[in-house]
Amino acid sequence: MTVEKQLNEATPAVFKKGKDREVLLSIRDLRVWFELRRFGFGHAGYVRAVDGVSLDLHRGETIAVVGESGCGKSSLMKAILGLHKPTEGEIIFDGKNINEVGQAGLNWYRSQVGYVQQDPYGALPPFMSIERILEEPLIINGVSSKQERRDRIMKALEEVKLTPQAEFLPKFPHQISGGQQQRIVIARAMILQPRLIVADEPVSMLDASVRVEILRLMSALQESHDLAVIYITHDLSTVRYFSERIFVMYAGQIIEKAEVDSLLAKQMHPYSEALLAATSDPDADNALTFKQVPPGEPPSLVKPPEGCRFHPRCPYIIEGVCDVKMPPEFEPVPSHYTLCWLHDPEQN
Amino acid sequence: MAENTLLRVEDLKLYFRAGKGVVQAVDGVSFTMNPNEAVVIIGESGCGKSSFAKAILRLLPRNVEHYSGKIYLNGVELMEMEEEEYRQKVRWVKMSLVPQAAMNSLNPVLRVGDQVAEPMIVHHGFRKEDALNQAREMFKRVGVPVDFAERYAFELSGGMRQRVAIAMSLVTVPELIVLDEPTSALDLLTQANIMNLLKRIKQEMATSFILITHDIATSSELADRVVVMYAGQIVEVGDSRRFFNAPLHPYSAKLMASVPRLRATIEPEYITGQPPSLINPPTGCRFADRCPMRFEKCDQEPPTFEKEGRLVKCWLHE
Ligand SMILES: Nc1ncnc2c1ncn2[C@@H]1O[C@H](COP(=O)(O)OP(=O)(O)OP(=O)(O)O)[C@@H](O)[C@H]1O
Ligand SMILES: Nc1ncnc2c1ncn2[C@@H]1O[C@H](COP(=O)(O)OP(=O)(O)OP(=O)(O)O)[C@@H](O)[C@H]1O
Ligand code: SF4
Ligand code: SF4
Ligand SMILES: [Mg+2]
Ligand SMILES: [Mg+2]
Repeated sequence: MTVEKQLNEATPAVFKKGKDREVLLSIRDLRVWFELRRFGFGHAGYVRAVDGVSLDLHRGETIAVVGESGCGKSSLMKAILGLHKPTEGEIIFDGKNINEVGQAGLNWYRSQVGYVQQDPYGALPPFMSIERILEEPLIINGVSSKQERRDRIMKALEEVKLTPQAEFLPKFPHQISGGQQQRIVIARAMILQPRLIVADEPVSMLDASVRVEILRLMSALQESHDLAVIYITHDLSTVRYFSERIFVMYAGQIIEKAEVDSLLAKQMHPYSEALLAATSDPDADNALTFKQVPPGEPPSLVKPPEGCRFHPRCPYIIEGVCDVKMPPEFEPVPSHYTLCWLHDPEQN
Repeated sequence: MAENTLLRVEDLKLYFRAGKGVVQAVDGVSFTMNPNEAVVIIGESGCGKSSFAKAILRLLPRNVEHYSGKIYLNGVELMEMEEEEYRQKVRWVKMSLVPQAAMNSLNPVLRVGDQVAEPMIVHHGFRKEDALNQAREMFKRVGVPVDFAERYAFELSGGMRQRVAIAMSLVTVPELIVLDEPTSALDLLTQANIMNLLKRIKQEMATSFILITHDIATSSELADRVVVMYAGQIVEVGDSRRFFNAPLHPYSAKLMASVPRLRATIEPEYITGQPPSLINPPTGCRFADRCPMRFEKCDQEPPTFEKEGRLVKCWLHE
């Protein structure tokens, strides 16, 4: 056990912030490319869904990954969950490279990572009772005692506040509300007592009030179980309440990462700036003005633009630089990183 | 009726037959709107927003148990009108609908240009060529590249498909467009684009909008007035400025408090409990079970009170 770990366990309050702790998950230059085939022509290039992503997640830390549809969020998560094999790069969990752990290691890894899907309606099998849905992962993971399975199901339901449990056990998904279904999805993700939860748009299908309820529930579980959470969303307004750091993704890359407060105070990347500007708070004045939106749409991931991938839409483009060379990662203020030439110390 | 009223709805009811009983999806809704006004209807999932849209456009499913009330458009009553006349003179002509998930319900085997042209051929007797030209004009207006008219829906992004659906509702230049959750399936930047587009159309074409959404922050991008629905009924109507500053109904206040904010640090709060079933709604105030202000009187149904030009269905404002 490292000194740091001993310290954490002795005085958790001091190290409440995950980022000061040891790394739980480390992703190094990950690429997930899908081969594109054209009928009659065979190979026709690759969809570079994830194209060179690195990130460190600490024990008990909550991070948010935000970005528009198709930027590669789900592909990144599926690679982390072991559902996609990385084309390149490494995923290291608790010091073990999960591409090298073998089948037994992979089973262990999957029990350490819980998954909360986007759409509760599609996530739960319609013809299974709640009890059966929660029992299945236990059976698969070799919990052979019926009594123990029962106890763990009761505890999981209590944790997601579906009580009295007996009332919910025999029900089928369509007999409960969307918010309750999402709590079942969370209970299922928690039932093997994972150390990491990957939540892919866990609340985007729900009403505002239910969203808040589910996010608060996840926060409470995160704290009480010292869980690390990757929260994928396109809703920036919830990020402040739910994560310590934020990662902004565009066209397969992470183009800015920072602590939430630092990023909300100042966006270093023009794309992050556009995302924030497009997010509304309820205010009657909104109707009086037009929003500034960068022109165009996210690029093809088969042939992404040369240089900075945002350059065809960027209002601050530096001609001859941005459209030629891919920006490396700059750190204009401590712990706040961006892939943008505007922050090249040598240019300024 | 005031001369400049565009739409006036009185005691509108739409009930459906369901397995367990009769769902009172729209239960006595009344309101009026003016020309070139944007009214947004907000409320939780299942409170009857889409049913209300269907009711005013007379687009009813088969299992309707009860449908009654009065709908006046420019003073002309629509409920009594023969369907044939309604179809020729009102639906898509004076009033059109962009249904919930419209972008996913475009016809997959028709080029999108032809789809947008179709209402003009059917309702205005345009020649095909003229209708197509008009459709291309509309594409320009909503920001779809004109050559996309030749494409099929699956060849377009979600945002482009939603623009096509909006072009389709606009092409006959109706006075009133009802949009049911037009942005909820779209990305942030696309959402902002679509809201910009609606604002521009409102300015340039003097169109009126009913915007149905459960996204309260986005609703403020267009709203002149806000209508709050709860359990099949309207519980508050007010101008957007006063509404967003301080809503009157306890439900509206709770709803506003549940909205996470990017530019403020107040923590959002959720509303405990769930809306009542619309099969046997409670006899008193329908929000009573979840209301922190509840008192004895709330066991009786509150009427709608007027307060400085705002409407609120709650005993606190008697
Ligand atoms: N199995 C696959 N085969 C081929 N292409 C794929 C596959 N899965 C994803 N893609 C493509 O990879 C890109 C990234 O997709 P991904 O689902 O990761 O995006 P996302 O950020 O999760 O989007 P959304 O917000 O819509 O869920 C998209 O262009 C998508 O079409
Ligand atoms: N064709 C139908 N037959 C039976 N019940 C229906 C029908 N359409 C809607 N309902 C019910 O009527 C009620 C109101 O539904 P409606 O779709 O109008 O709500 P909504 O406010 O639009 O919700 P959402 O925000 O989820 O779109 C719900 O209880 C719904 O289940
Ligand atoms: S690198 Fe250049 S084009 Fe890219 S975001 Fe920065 S300024 Fe814009
Ligand atoms: S009528 Fe009573 S229960 Fe209903 S909202 Fe008003 S105070 Fe609350
Ligand atoms: Mg996804
Ligand atoms: Mg609806």
